[in-house]
Amino acid sequence: MKNLSTEHISFDVDQVRADFPILNRMVNGHKLVYFDNAATSQTPQQVIDTIADYYSKYNANIHRGVHSLSQEATDRYEESRKTIQRHINAEKAHELIFTSGTTHSINIIASGFATILKPGDEIIVSATSHHSNIVPWQMMCEKTGAQLKVLPMDDEGELILEDFENLLNDKTKLVLIEHVSNALGTINPIKWIIDKAHEYGAAVLVDGAQACPHIIPDMRELDVDFYVISGHKMCGPTGIGALYGKEDWLNALPPYQGGGEMISEVTFEKTTYAELPHKFEAGTPNVCGAIALGRAVDYMNDLGFENIAGYETELLNHATKQLLEIDGLRIYGPIRGKAPVISFNIEGIHPYDIGTILDKLGIAVRTGHHCAQPIMDFYKIPGTVRASFSFYNTIEEIDRFIEAVKKARAMLS
Amino acid sequence: MSSIKDIQNEIVDEFSMFDDWMQRYEYMIELGKSLPLIAEEHKTDSNIIKGCQSRVWLHADLKDEKIVFTADSDAIITKGIIAILIRAFSGQSPKDILDADTGFIDEIGLKEHLSPTRANGLVSMIKQLKLYAVAYQTQISE
Repeated sequence: MKNLSTEHISFDVDQVRADFPILNRMVNGHKLVYFDNAATSQTPQQVIDTIADYYSKYNANIHRGVHSLSQEATDRYEESRKTIQRHINAEKAHELIFTSGTTHSINIIASGFATILKPGDEIIVSATSHHSNIVPWQMMCEKTGAQLKVLPMDDEGELILEDFENLLNDKTKLVLIEHVSNALGTINPIKWIIDKAHEYGAAVLVDGAQACPHIIPDMRELDVDFYVISGHKMCGPTGIGALYGKEDWLNALPPYQGGGEMISEVTFEKTTYAELPHKFEAGTPNVCGAIALGRAVDYMNDLGFENIAGYETELLNHATKQLLEIDGLRIYGPIRGKAPVISFNIEGIHPYDIGTILDKLGIAVRTGHHCAQPIMDFYKIPGTVRASFSFYNTIEEIDRFIEAVKKARAMLS
Repeated sequence: MSSIKDIQNEIVDEFSMFDDWMQRYEYMIELGKSLPLIAEEHKTDSNIIKGCQSRVWLHADLKDEKIVFTADSDAIITKGIIAILIRAFSGQSPKDILDADTGFIDEIGLKEHLSPTRANGLVSMIKQLKLYAVAYQTQISE
């Protein structure tokens, strides 16, 4: 993520907030402060309108219809694929598969690798991974006899890169890494990791779910083999995501599900599969979701990712500075140079209790292990309070949050 | 010993003195702090009730055909509600525990904590209280 000095930022947060109707709602008698953006981002009116438009004007099944509505829906669906292709600078549109989200995407790849991995093969997984990039691979290792090796983290929530070089060898087939840690906000040096892995002939799967709301990942510059994103983390609807895979890889992997849409010809003797991307899009896809995701990507690009990142860094720094002044408060993971996520605890207080009091004050944060239990085990804590900011949040909201954390601390200690 | 219903009414009366949620929570936190702790030997994995976030330990003994509950949690708000539940249910007969409901939790403004989808272990705890009552009821009638 680029660190921008504030003078380069052109960002009118009041105008942006007007796009998000949900920000006007009251929760427990207070105006909502939504700081659970790393779990799910809110949806701008432009995306909500796209969803309503789809169902009110051109809802139809795609690709096979001869009628006008079907053609229109197909065109919009495929246009959206191109929007995402351009956004992440993929070489070909058919290298993008629409999925239900990051978990689905990872399972497609994991299930494909079941046919490639052999006993003794090794997969390296980052210690700060989300469970969705751990569990499918544990299941796959059980099936194939391949081994999962953990790339460890240090106390600051950074991966220990020297260990990565020691873990790599000619048995390494795949490296699993998240672009941005969901629990800590750490931005990993994925370009370096991809290049190193490639020196050993290993493929790399990057979980981009937490990066995409803040950064534009460049597929060609990264030379990454697989990169997966979720729509609902970047102003899109839930239940839609995208899997990027290099063409050669996607051709090499078998289909994940059988059904309609993914076939070329079917007889009872043999079925031949459709070309990419349809090979991985069995059944009627989430047409509306895919189109709305394209609209969300356009929305964010209209605001400008540099503006977004610059403004969010301001929010992050403002919150970090004030939180660190609170007695007994510890922030886990890096303090600076990260995504706008703060994971913290206050000495002697359970994160669940803090989250409960904040909710009573209208402030939504996440508490718990954030689907990253190995990180919690590393720090020997049951969980953390995680406040994650988005470009539609304000300095005033952070000030309210700080006051609320102080109030919670006073009540609970 | 007062009946479960009487104790529940007593608790509702106590909570009705408070004007806002903060006072209710502060009182509940105080109750949590004064909860007689479960004996260390009973704070075992087999007595743990797993919620998603806060852990709850619950132990039950039968004394003179009444069930004595002791419990603990690592989260203080959860512990406060446990203290309230224990006050209502501990020292009662298995049959009375089985017949009792937990509607009074709504009346004292803590309903949200007993939602089945809330990840705090309390719903499982109430289920466990009742399961102990079933088990001891069977034991007594044998």
